[in-house]
Amino acid sequence: MTESTLVVAGMATLAAGTYAFRLSGQLLRARITFPPRATRLLEAAAVILLAALVATTALTEGHGFSGFARPAGVLVAGILAWRKAPFLVVVLAAAAVTALLRLLGVS
Amino acid sequence: MRSIWRTLDRRVLADIGLTCLAVFFIGLSYGAVAVASGFPLWVPAAQSVLVLAGASEFLFIGIVAAGGSPIAAALAGLLVNSRHLPYGVALPPGVTGRRWGRLAGTHVMNDESVVFALAQPDPERKRAAYWACGLGVLACWPGGAVIGGLIGSAVHDTSAFGLDAMFPAVILALIVKDLRDARMLRAALAGAAIALAATPFLPAGLPVLLALAAVLLLLRAPATEASPSPDEELAVLR
Repeated sequence: MTESTLVVAGMATLAAGTYAFRLSGQLLRARITFPPRATRLLEAAAVILLAALVATTALTEGHGFSGFARPAGVLVAGILAWRKAPFLVVVLAAAAVTALLRLLGVS
Repeated sequence: MRSIWRTLDRRVLADIGLTCLAVFFIGLSYGAVAVASGFPLWVPAAQSVLVLAGASEFLFIGIVAAGGSPIAAALAGLLVNSRHLPYGVALPPGVTGRRWGRLAGTHVMNDESVVFALAQPDPERKRAAYWACGLGVLACWPGGAVIGGLIGSAVHDTSAFGLDAMFPAVILALIVKDLRDARMLRAALAGAAIALAATPFLPAGLPVLLALAAVLLLLRAPATEASPSPDEELAVLR
């Protein structure tokens, strides 16, 4: 019983804290007027965050290497996206290459 | 809602639809993993609606299932979700809605809705893309989690289908146009390298935040890059 109360407390903490992160960024942005160059830097910062997210989700699992299959799929997707392939092709290629490599025994 | 369909062209809507479908499949595995780890179905169901941030929910379930304290699991999840603060700063005012609408719009802020918003050229389309993707994820992530929890072990091993490669591929496909600029590409690669180098040593979530240090590469006077015209500079940072 206390176990599940604790789980609920943890869930509430995570949900409320996550919303607070989302909202405080927006409130910060609404209160400060940024010059145009700073605005573009903020967008660039978001792109850097997203690029880091791509790298870590593609290459790592926990604190270690994810294995070759997933980054290989993401690499193929990146090449296709760079060559302006349709989004559908890019995303499905990532899954297909990764699944195929795993089928062949590459982890 | 109607204005979303009128504002966005078909291709963008199709891309958002595919992204939401990918989110649905990852949601299936999330629900299945949570139930297989011994959680009642309402745990992933409530989390998926109230937290609405996949990676942190997986982490929460994983830590608690391994015997960790739920409060420690929540703090680890919050570290992972701290990137939503810079996301909120990066989104131009009005994208998430106005006044009370913004309180709701803020909740559907996630990697996917942010990246689709940033990819749009003007404020109105940014707002439409943000809401379309945000609401799509709000439907597909909990929907996937609940169905995954119900069918359980049948979808336990999604790695066989390579679904784990879809999330990074979606994000990469959407930022690739920004990466065509040499300075932006350099900064993004530096950020990725920082995050990867930090991953073995730091708790999840922190490495991605550290990547923000790469913004410093863009602060240098653009004059060093053969003085681009204002237009070119705009392209650099868009």
